[in-house]
Amino acid sequence: MNVGAWTFVMVGASFAIYLGIAVWSRARSTGEFYVAGAKVHPVVNGMATAADWMSAASFISMAGIIAFAGYDGSVYLMGWTGGYVLLALLIAPYLRKFGKYTVPDFVGDRYYSNTARIVAVVCALFVSFTYVAGQMRGVGIVFSRFLGVDITQGVLIGMGIVFTYAVLGGMKGITYTQVAQYCVLIFAYMVPAIFISLQISGTVLPQLGFGSTVADGSGVYLLDRLDGLTTELGFGAYTSGRKTTLDVLAITMALMIGTAGLPHVIVRFFTVKNVRDARSSAGWALAFIAILYTTAPAVAAFARANLLDTVSNKPYATMPAWFSNWETTGLIGFTDHNGDGLIQYTGPLSAVQNELTIDRDIMVLANPEIARLPNWVVGLVAAGGLAAALSTAAGLLLVISTSISHDLLKRVFRPNISERGELLTARVAAGFAVVVAGYFGVNPPGFVAEVVALAFGLAAASFFPAIVLGIFTKRMNTAGAVSGMVAGLLFTVGYIGWFKFLHPELNTVANWWLGISPEGIGAVGMLVNFAVAVVVASRTAPPPMEIQQLVEEIRLPRFAGPGHEVQA
Amino acid sequence: MTDTDARNYWLTNLRYVAVLLAIWATVSFGFGILLVEPLNRIRIGGFQLGFWFAQQGSIYTFVLLIVVYVILMNRLDRRFAMNDREAGQ
Repeated sequence: MNVGAWTFVMVGASFAIYLGIAVWSRARSTGEFYVAGAKVHPVVNGMATAADWMSAASFISMAGIIAFAGYDGSVYLMGWTGGYVLLALLIAPYLRKFGKYTVPDFVGDRYYSNTARIVAVVCALFVSFTYVAGQMRGVGIVFSRFLGVDITQGVLIGMGIVFTYAVLGGMKGITYTQVAQYCVLIFAYMVPAIFISLQISGTVLPQLGFGSTVADGSGVYLLDRLDGLTTELGFGAYTSGRKTTLDVLAITMALMIGTAGLPHVIVRFFTVKNVRDARSSAGWALAFIAILYTTAPAVAAFARANLLDTVSNKPYATMPAWFSNWETTGLIGFTDHNGDGLIQYTGPLSAVQNELTIDRDIMVLANPEIARLPNWVVGLVAAGGLAAALSTAAGLLLVISTSISHDLLKRVFRPNISERGELLTARVAAGFAVVVAGYFGVNPPGFVAEVVALAFGLAAASFFPAIVLGIFTKRMNTAGAVSGMVAGLLFTVGYIGWFKFLHPELNTVANWWLGISPEGIGAVGMLVNFAVAVVVASRTAPPPMEIQQLVEEIRLPRFAGPGHEVQA
Repeated sequence: MTDTDARNYWLTNLRYVAVLLAIWATVSFGFGILLVEPLNRIRIGGFQLGFWFAQQGSIYTFVLLIVVYVILMNRLDRRFAMNDREAGQ
């Protein structure tokens, strides 16, 4: 069978599974819709969290970014895994003990203030919409490249699938679909990685393969060869970085703390039975994530080596089929500047003019074709990319719908709304969110790449300090938390806005404060938030006794049973 | 349980968290970033050690840290009879 047929089979089969699960796991109460009845097994929740977290960016883009950035790509590897340690040690067990439905619930109750609640809702909505637009776009790209439909139709099909299981099943449907999606995406990631590792290094495990010798009998280590090639072509050595140390530090920290503050990840820990399960579930989640995250840098090194071998100084006329396929999508571009018919692919440090542009997002998708793997592997990768994008989109849509039906309607505007009314609102809000996400998928705003930095910066500078201070200090009060969040937000938004939107032409190392890029400024925003919160709280009245009592209770795991009504 | 028990439980928890986060920062910010160049002079197979910590070692350590935390906290829960399996449902 050809690539198109295999893709159709793989994608069709995986979609049939998701829909089957959707029908089987319909939600009947708000408890089931928001937190799957709070009785998800920790291993199941770990798997669902892994799929929830690993988006189109992790699956499709990350290895490609690392392939071109080398050591500098480590910020994503450490940043997007290290946050789980913070989540497991500082957040998940305590929020589970608190036992409500959402992050704004915690912020609003702990700081006994609807202002704090609304600030949290606005941040949650902003972060989630930013993310979900990128996911729908990813769905569209995979469809258009592999199934030959246009991006709009691809997005519509994706919307239909997500709509079915998110609106019917709420958190319950999403949880079990995410488990299936994790299985699809990890299988789809590992199969080509293992194939390529065997081809290049003769080692089964990619994690070991990229530290092995190249299997051509030369006895040269892959990374040494890659360092040699990239240096020779003027890209700089693969294993050393070009960013400043302080910037690498700031970006890594902002990503770690942003991860620990993302509402769609935190909310997954509300779905397990008790505090003990919340802790172990965070461990399972990171273990499942680590399988992909330790494979990605290996895939990156293999892909870079394969690419250089295939294209560098080779005649344009003899390029394989994948080259022209991606050329027609505009993601690969070749201009023969010196007219010699060969492809000169060189970096900024080289004297030879570069003739090739490659979009880094295509590395994972094109990798199986570059390595000449069987057609079914190519189809599998397409299904995996869709699983990664859809699972993350669903988790985000749930946060959006819960923010509207629960945090705003039930907790602020209409406290007397009935259970049925709230459930209906949640479904309508989820449906509405799917439509908005689809719209952004078809008409992507030009600023998507820019706002991702903003999403992590916001999560780091707003939620994380408010939550951690709320658990670890009894003294923290409304005035401290709100002024901390506002100061952290203004600082971070101001810095990113200045360089990304107002003065993009000034966005260079020389102009950055201490050489910290807008991507890393969330780490500083977090420190600003902490400092302002502590100073303001120490000069204002301590929180009332019952709030201090609440903090005492959150710290002890006993009697962590559902703090809310759960109907079977 | 008494207030002293609650206090001791919490202080032990804080001590675990402090030690584990110190290791967390050492492998990532320390070995993977600040000390990456000196460590790169040490080689394990085809890997320079600093590069390995940045792209592999720190992630394995993160998983291990959570596993250790889970084990320590489960033991602490048993010692202070905090286990909530039977309660609250």
